[in-house]
Amino acid sequence: MQSKNKAVALTRRQFVAAGVLGGAALAVGCKSGNQGNWDFLSDGQARTLAAICDQIVPADEFPSASQAGVLTYIDRQLFRHYRRHRDVYREGLEHANELSRKRFAKDLAEATPAQQLEIVSALEKEERPFFDLVRRHTMEGYYGSPRHGGNRDAVSWRMLGLDEPPVRGRAQYDMRKGATS
Amino acid sequence: MKRVNAVVVGAGAAGGIVAKELATAGLSVALLERGKWYTANDCRKDDLRNQRVTALGNAFGPEDEGNPRVLVDAKGVPHIVLASEGGYQNDAACVGGGTLSYGAQAWRYMPQDFRMRSTYGAPQGSSLEDWPISYDDLEPYYDKAEYQIGISGDYSGTPFKGPRKRDLPMPPLAPNREFEILWPAAKRLGLHPFHLPMARNTVPYNGRGPCMRCRWCCGFACEVDAKNGSQNTVIPVALATGNCDLRTECMVKEILTDDQGRARGVSYFDANGHLQEQLADIVVVSGCATESARLLLNSKSKLFPAGLGNRYDQVGRHLQGHHYTGAIGYFDFDTYDDVGPGASIAICDYNHGTPGLSGGGMLANEFIRLPIHMIDRLPENTPSWGPGHKKAMRDWHKRTIQVFGPTQQIPTATGRVTVDPAVKDKWGMPVVRLEGNVHPHTFDIGDVQAKRAEAWLKEAGAIHTSLATGRPETVSASQHQAGTCRMGNDPKGSVVNKFCQVHDVDNVFVIDGSVHVTNGGFNPALTIMAVAFYASDALVHNWKGTGFRS
Repeated sequence: MQSKNKAVALTRRQFVAAGVLGGAALAVGCKSGNQGNWDFLSDGQARTLAAICDQIVPADEFPSASQAGVLTYIDRQLFRHYRRHRDVYREGLEHANELSRKRFAKDLAEATPAQQLEIVSALEKEERPFFDLVRRHTMEGYYGSPRHGGNRDAVSWRMLGLDEPPVRGRAQYDMRKGATS
Repeated sequence: MKRVNAVVVGAGAAGGIVAKELATAGLSVALLERGKWYTANDCRKDDLRNQRVTALGNAFGPEDEGNPRVLVDAKGVPHIVLASEGGYQNDAACVGGGTLSYGAQAWRYMPQDFRMRSTYGAPQGSSLEDWPISYDDLEPYYDKAEYQIGISGDYSGTPFKGPRKRDLPMPPLAPNREFEILWPAAKRLGLHPFHLPMARNTVPYNGRGPCMRCRWCCGFACEVDAKNGSQNTVIPVALATGNCDLRTECMVKEILTDDQGRARGVSYFDANGHLQEQLADIVVVSGCATESARLLLNSKSKLFPAGLGNRYDQVGRHLQGHHYTGAIGYFDFDTYDDVGPGASIAICDYNHGTPGLSGGGMLANEFIRLPIHMIDRLPENTPSWGPGHKKAMRDWHKRTIQVFGPTQQIPTATGRVTVDPAVKDKWGMPVVRLEGNVHPHTFDIGDVQAKRAEAWLKEAGAIHTSLATGRPETVSASQHQAGTCRMGNDPKGSVVNKFCQVHDVDNVFVIDGSVHVTNGGFNPALTIMAVAFYASDALVHNWKGTGFRS
């Protein structure tokens, strides 16, 4: 069950550079298998989901959701703790692609960032249960513990200015007494 | 199974203490716990799987699979909820119970908290009542709990407290940055801030070292075992007597009764799923408010067709927890110093005495936050996703202070636990069904408390604030759950007498948060512990069973 699509650890600069390649970045380090590169998602579903996740947490001077491993997080959990959400994902991703094809005559993953934003905004209004689920899972993957495949290299914690690894053992030397009255 | 003097169901805050008190008095004890025995090595620091953030499940039980409950919403529609979902009202299921992974605030209730009806009168539609015991009755046992479990803090800053014979055994931790910011602001407002009491070693105590002040505290097992629960204090003492047999992953099915209506023991499913019987002179139920009520209700027999102790349909009623409200302050300077446990300063100025309000609660700064806690706690009008959300996380993660408090709930007879007629757990037993709500006056109090928290934060320099109030449509009990087996003198209006003994069945005791008549404006753990010491003391004193072991 170890991630099949584990990318090599990238620096922040490389992350951003990889982001320019868009969907292609997903393929970094991927092992091609007959059933695709993911535990649950098909490659097509993964591309669609990446487009949505990267609107929820887009790249700026720090990596986007997919660059930080959020897809690995979601895919793994759809195989484990989030098995019960599989249908919502299947149908939601299909619907997102349909919407994109209807409006822009192309798959969501191939649409421009502005078009992707439009579709994700539409999902937020029209497909609320699916959108809420993806938003929540994206935040979990981006801001949660790296052990689950997201927040790769603890990138979001560094972004927030948190020590990683955390400093340990300093407390016993802190003997200051607080005010008492 | 060899017959024992006492079988204790549940090795949590109360059950651990009862087992220790009975075992040291020479009674033979079987302590049955449905969960596992975790240690400091199981801390795991997993931001998505602990007892506070349960996105990927409860770290310390119960598991999602096979442990459903039914939650009836405000419209009367029942929903099946999983153990890691909010509506489940979970408390951990493991040795130590909630005390393995709690934040460990260790409060004494105030004298008025035991006399709520006398102090305020019962709001119409509520079941507000006085306890049959007073603060003074419990004071020696609060003291016992503070010293045997190990509590740190310093109450000297506040006049709003019950009388106490001596100080806490350990000093407070060095102040964190939030403490330094909030202290002078509280003083300027004429309030009385102080170092809140914690079941946490701040100096070496009881053979274990002090807190190392990490980020993974409330919701986690302590990595350095500095947090004090029943699993690392009283339970090891109970086992060391040689009189106590702790059996984990054992789920009690029902209390067995004889033809005279006395309990003769319990039946339970062991770790392999085999049904066992443990015969005993006394049965002590310490499974927490939801599960203790469920066990009584599931213990049906010819003499107790509606469940044991339920002759007057009282078991499961008056379910309560706390209505948490407060405010978030956003500052133009760093407030975050990455020093746990975070919660450090409290005021009790607003627990009682506000005209027009039947109670109040303590206010304190929140436990240290993890990034995942902040995703929905950003300033109002922050986009919930996209570049604006990401930037707001960067802008505010280190620049907020959250002041919250457990508003004392006004109970109702209709906010209750029953057993579901259809849904069963993996052992085939009817599951907890939660319905009703607390009295709406609770929310009026909560709204006022939130504004008070906001005023404190503004005085401390917050440039924006947002209020967190809310009107939960269903009962909110979870880790602070209480009230379902009310203690009282009248058998028609309560389940146990003032010694926690079931009115109907003199050798069955309910000793845990279930017996709380009202739940104070404080985290209830220390009161659960004090009641456990108090009730055990009475039990041992009155013990005339099959005799003591030599």
